[in-house]
Amino acid sequence: MKKNLFPRELEHEAIYILREVAAQFEKPAILFSGGKDSITLVRLAQKAFHPVRIPFPLLHIDTGHNFPETIEFRDWLVKETGAELIVRYVQDTIDQGKVQEETGKYASRNVLQTQTLLDAINELKLDACIGGARRDEEKARAKERVFSIRDAFGQWDSKKQRPELFGMLNGKIAVGENVRVFPISNWTELDVWNYIREEKLDIPSIYFSHEREIIERDGLYWPYSDYLNTSAEEIPFKKKVRFRTVGDMTCTAAVLSEAGMLDQVIDEILSATISERGARIDDKRSEAAMESRKKEGYF
Amino acid sequence: MDILRITTAGSVDDGKSTLIGRLLYDTRSITRDKLEAIEAASKRKGFDFTDLSLLTDGLIAEREQGITIDVAHIYFSTSTRKYIIADSPGHVEYTRNMITGASNASVSLILIDARKGVIEQTKRHFYIASLLRIKHVVVCINKMDLAGFDQKVFENIKRDFEAMVVKVGFEGQEVKFIPLAAREGDNIVFSSVKMPWYKDETLLEFLENISVAADNINAPARFPVQYVVRPHTDEFHDFRGYAGKVESGSFAKGEEVMVLPSLRSSKIKSIHNYTEEKEEVLAKESVVITLDDEADISRGNMLIKCTDGFTQLTGLNATICWMDESPGAEGKIFFLQHGPNRVKAKITTVGGILDIHSLETNTDKKVFQLNDIGDIVLKLAKPVFADLYVSNTANGSFILIDEFNNNTVAVGFVR
Repeated sequence: MKKNLFPRELEHEAIYILREVAAQFEKPAILFSGGKDSITLVRLAQKAFHPVRIPFPLLHIDTGHNFPETIEFRDWLVKETGAELIVRYVQDTIDQGKVQEETGKYASRNVLQTQTLLDAINELKLDACIGGARRDEEKARAKERVFSIRDAFGQWDSKKQRPELFGMLNGKIAVGENVRVFPISNWTELDVWNYIREEKLDIPSIYFSHEREIIERDGLYWPYSDYLNTSAEEIPFKKKVRFRTVGDMTCTAAVLSEAGMLDQVIDEILSATISERGARIDDKRSEAAMESRKKEGYF
Repeated sequence: MDILRITTAGSVDDGKSTLIGRLLYDTRSITRDKLEAIEAASKRKGFDFTDLSLLTDGLIAEREQGITIDVAHIYFSTSTRKYIIADSPGHVEYTRNMITGASNASVSLILIDARKGVIEQTKRHFYIASLLRIKHVVVCINKMDLAGFDQKVFENIKRDFEAMVVKVGFEGQEVKFIPLAAREGDNIVFSSVKMPWYKDETLLEFLENISVAADNINAPARFPVQYVVRPHTDEFHDFRGYAGKVESGSFAKGEEVMVLPSLRSSKIKSIHNYTEEKEEVLAKESVVITLDDEADISRGNMLIKCTDGFTQLTGLNATICWMDESPGAEGKIFFLQHGPNRVKAKITTVGGILDIHSLETNTDKKVFQLNDIGDIVLKLAKPVFADLYVSNTANGSFILIDEFNNNTVAVGFVR
C-alpha cells in the first residue's frame, strides 16, 4: 500500500479552524450530509477536542430523498462517536407551504433544502455552521473564505468577503448574521480519499461497487427510485455501480465500477476523466449554478 | 507529502490565468469535462484556440468583464508535492487582495510581459513580495513568443529587475528568472525548443525543487493557546489541556516553559495529537499540551520556552495595509487580533503613507484609504507578545477589526 500520500499540514490547519469555531462562537453545528466530506469533518472534530466529545451537534437537513444506506450510516456514526444529532426535514418545510415541490423529470429537492436549513439556523439560533465544502469542487467555491459571513437571509456576498491573512480568522458578527465555516477548504477530492484511507474511516457502502437498478439519461446513470420521475422509455436495468459523491437519489449519478475496496476506488479516481461534480446533476443547470445558489443561502 | 503555497500577481494582460491554466493542463490536472467546458466557452467567444485562462476566472462578474477580482485558490499535485496557488488580481485597486494572497505563500510568481518589461505594476508586486518577506520570487518573463524568443529581451528585463532587487529586496531572498510563452507552454512544464539559449530549469522543475521547510521553524518557540480542553469525565477527571497550533520553533516533552502574560514557569507534561502522545511538536502543527502543574491559562495566553526571550508590547510600531472602504486615521479605535489574542488598540500616530507609484513614503498623508500601505503607531489596552515581522512572520503579524461593523480593516506587520 502507498504510504503518506495525505499532506498532514491540511489536517493541522482544519483542526486549528475547528478550535477557532469552538472559541469564537456560541452555537455552532456541523452540517452533516452523510457524505465522505462531512464524515471527514466528524473525524477532524474528534481530533480537535479529544478527550472531550465533539462539542457541536451534527445537523442533518433530510430531504427525504436520501439513499437509505446514508441514513443507516449516519445513525451508526452518531452512536459510535457519541455526538448529538439534530434532523430537520424538507418535507416539513413543504407541508408548511414555504416551498413547492418541483415537477417534471428533473425534479429534485436540492434547491428546496436551503429553506429548511435557514429555518433550522433561526430555530436553533446557530451562529456558525461547519460544512465540508472544498474549493476544488467548483469555481465559485474557489473564492469563498474559510469563515464565510452570511446575512440574516443566509445570503453570501462575494464582494464583501473579509480578507483572511496568515490564517487569522475573524468571526465577529452582528446579531442575525451567521458564519459558514469550511475547515477543509484547501483539500482536494483526492486528499479526502487519502485521508479516509490513512485514517481507516468507515464510509457508507454506496461508495463501493454494488449491484443497483439504474436508468440512463443524458449520458449519465441515474439510480432508480420512487423519488425519480421517469418516462415509459426509461426502463431500469441492473448494473454494478458505485457513487463518487453522495447527494440525493434524484441528483447524484452513479459510475459503472467493480471497485469494491478503497484502494481500487482511489485508483479509479486517479484515472478518472470526469471531475467529481460532473456527476452532480444539480450543478449542470447553468454555468453559474453554484454561485447563484450560494447567493440564496445554499451550503 | 508536503505543500507548496504560491501566490501569483499580474494583470490579465500578462497572461497570468493562461500560465496557471497551462500549468494545470501540462501536469494533467484538468479533467475531460472541465476541458470540454472551456473549449465550448472559447468557441462561444469566437476564439480559434482553447482559452486556458477560463479555468481560473470564477465569479460571474469576472467572466463577464474578463478580469480577476478576488483571490481564487487553485490546486494541483505532482508525485513530489501538493501545490496551492492563490491567484490574485494585479491592478493597483486590488492591492489588498494581493497582500491577502501573499500572506499565506512561500513563493511569489511575478509576471512580466516581455514586450513591456519592468513596469510600475512589476515594482509594486515585488515591493509587496518583499514587504511580506516572501523568500522565493520567480520572475516569469512571459509572451516571449511575441518578442521573437530573443535572449537579449530576456537579459535586459532581468538586468532591470535586478537593479530593483538591490533597492527593495532583503537578504536571503532568492529571485529566479524564467523566459516563458504560456500560450504554447514553453518552459512551464516542458523545456522550450524555441529558446535553446535558456538551459536552466522550467517553472515546474524550479517549484518542485524548492525546500518547503517552514521559515519559522528556527525562530523562538511560540504556542498561542486557542482553546482549553477540560473533559470533566471520570476517565480524564484531572485532564487540563491547552489546544493550539505552534506558530514558530518547536516544543518537546519535559521542556521548561513560561506562560505569558503571567510569567509563571512550568514543564511540559505531555503533547497530544488525538490519541497519540508525541515527544516533540514543530511549527504549524496543531496539538494539545498539558503542563506539570495547574496553571490559570486561557485563550490568548502564550507558551514560550524559558530559554527564549520575548517582548511585552503595550504599544507597537507597524506597517499596515488598509483593506476597508471606510478610511483609517489617528485616534480611531479597533480590535487588534494577534493570533487568537484580541485587544483594543488605538492608532496614535500615522507616520506616513506609501506612494504606491513612486514607492516613496509621503509623510504629509495621514489618512488611510482602501489599499494604502503605511506606517503607524498603536497603543494597546492590554499587552501582546509579538515579535518583529522580519524575525518571525507568524508571530509578527496581526489584523485590525472594526469595532462597529466587525470587518477586517487592516493587516499589520510589527516593526
